[in-house]
Amino acid sequence: MTAREGQEELEAQLAQWRQYVGRRREMRPPDADELEDHLRGCVDELVEAGLNADEAFLIAVKRMGSLDDLAREFAREHSERLWKQLVLTASPAADARSRRDLRVMAFCAAGAALSIKAPELFGVSLDNNAAAVFYGPNVSLLVLPWLAGFLAWRRQARRSLIGMLAALFALGAVAANAYPLADRSQSLIITSIHLPIALWLVVGLAYMADGWGSSRRRMDFIRFTGEWFIYFVLMALGGGVLTAFTTGAFKAIGIVPQEFIAQWLLPCGAAAGVVVAGWLVEAKQSVVENIAPVLTRLFTPLFTAVLLAFLIAVGWTSNGIDVERQALILFDLLLVIVLGLLLYSISARDPLAPPDLFDKLQLALVVSALAIDVLVLLAVTGRITEYGTTPNKAAALGENVILLGNLVWSAWLLLGLVRRRVPFTTLERWQTGYLPVYAAWAWIATLVFPPLFTYA
Amino acid sequence: MKVGKDLVAASATPLVLGILAEEESYGYAILKRINELSAGELDWTEGLLYPLLHRLERLGCVESNWQSVTGERRRKYYRLTEAGLAELAEQRRQWATVMDALKGIWLGPGDRGTLTAIPLEGRA
Repeated sequence: MTAREGQEELEAQLAQWRQYVGRRREMRPPDADELEDHLRGCVDELVEAGLNADEAFLIAVKRMGSLDDLAREFAREHSERLWKQLVLTASPAADARSRRDLRVMAFCAAGAALSIKAPELFGVSLDNNAAAVFYGPNVSLLVLPWLAGFLAWRRQARRSLIGMLAALFALGAVAANAYPLADRSQSLIITSIHLPIALWLVVGLAYMADGWGSSRRRMDFIRFTGEWFIYFVLMALGGGVLTAFTTGAFKAIGIVPQEFIAQWLLPCGAAAGVVVAGWLVEAKQSVVENIAPVLTRLFTPLFTAVLLAFLIAVGWTSNGIDVERQALILFDLLLVIVLGLLLYSISARDPLAPPDLFDKLQLALVVSALAIDVLVLLAVTGRITEYGTTPNKAAALGENVILLGNLVWSAWLLLGLVRRRVPFTTLERWQTGYLPVYAAWAWIATLVFPPLFTYA
Repeated sequence: MKVGKDLVAASATPLVLGILAEEESYGYAILKRINELSAGELDWTEGLLYPLLHRLERLGCVESNWQSVTGERRRKYYRLTEAGLAELAEQRRQWATVMDALKGIWLGPGDRGTLTAIPLEGRA
């Protein structure tokens, strides 16, 4: 072997060694540089002593000892590295990119915060009565386009996609403002609830960019939604502390900042928080373990226990369920929670793992939720045929049917999974394939319901 | 004879500080210098040296920078700071006390001469 060949091989071996070091969180690239220099020093000396390059490399690596031991020593000095940090940038290129992200995010967050206040220029102040009527359906229209814009920018979305997003937001604006909805009408409330859902799924289009046909990308969006929600709640908690402190501190010097907090801090903070939470999920994607699946694991057994206890109580006392409108909404929410528990454990499950106890637990959860819901549905249908329907009842019932449809088939697939008849991916595809159904329903509720019920 | 692990660990800081007091240096050279000084009896590993250097840097005893000396690779050089010098002086006082005590108990007054050959004042 010539000296040049030896040198090339040595470089290849060093590159491979660096890869191994790079996998250790305890050691950062500068440490790897330093250790590589050490290895080279050792190799040079051995080569001078008459060994050829690859022999020298072997000995030098051997002298350095196992990477495990080395990493352990580094971990003792740099324990903070085992806690992943947000500003963790591996290379200058990634650094520049994350700084650009940060700037665009700040711009979008500021845009969202200003948008929420912009209607004031046209006399729609947050404190007067007209505000509730305007902000109810429009708040998502003011904020979510900024988040969608940030995501679309980050994905470098094609023009056609951007056009589609703009068209959908415009459609939302029409739905929210074109119908003559009375101040306290049920239709106004229905639009206020369903338009954000519809627009969130539009954000999803921006998030998935080109891949919205793919089941994996849709699952990513479901994960994104869960993590976004958690970050948003965390920021809201922090915001609560900030608000309490602001109030207390200024009260102490005789200034009551009620106006400022209600008019500026809360609305602008919340609007900006929507974008910041989205950015955090993007930035921290690989930095923290996903928290939604952890919460799912904790709460699935507890919810199962509660639902089973409820079923047993119903059977024991043979009390019928008192079906008021609130009750129907409550049970809708129950289905949403069960679906959420199911979704987020699906999102974190290893597709290849064999079915385990947790899958059975989930089956129990879904089946008990279904049993309860069937009882509720029977009661509700009776009432509707008796008293006629209202927009609220129709919406609540429609949601119930959609969720029920999803959960019935999920239960069937889960049963198949537990009995090892159905592969896990079928279940995953079923859930991701259902996303357009939610979108369609949300759009129907905002666009079709008001004229259907004569704007009641 | 190999020096035990605990003793190696205990003497690590004063050794590194002492070597850096001579001149600024980099990891591999420090390790070689330790080998020379102890005739290979001190069993140092990279897992001991580099985290120690990083710790000393965190404590402000040494500072580091990447330099490329002409004709050499880019290397991370460590240099002693004022705080490092003070730490070295403190370490030397403590080690002198330990060595005095050991000499007092191990050596009769008669053969003390063999040990006084070790210079207590270094080149710091």
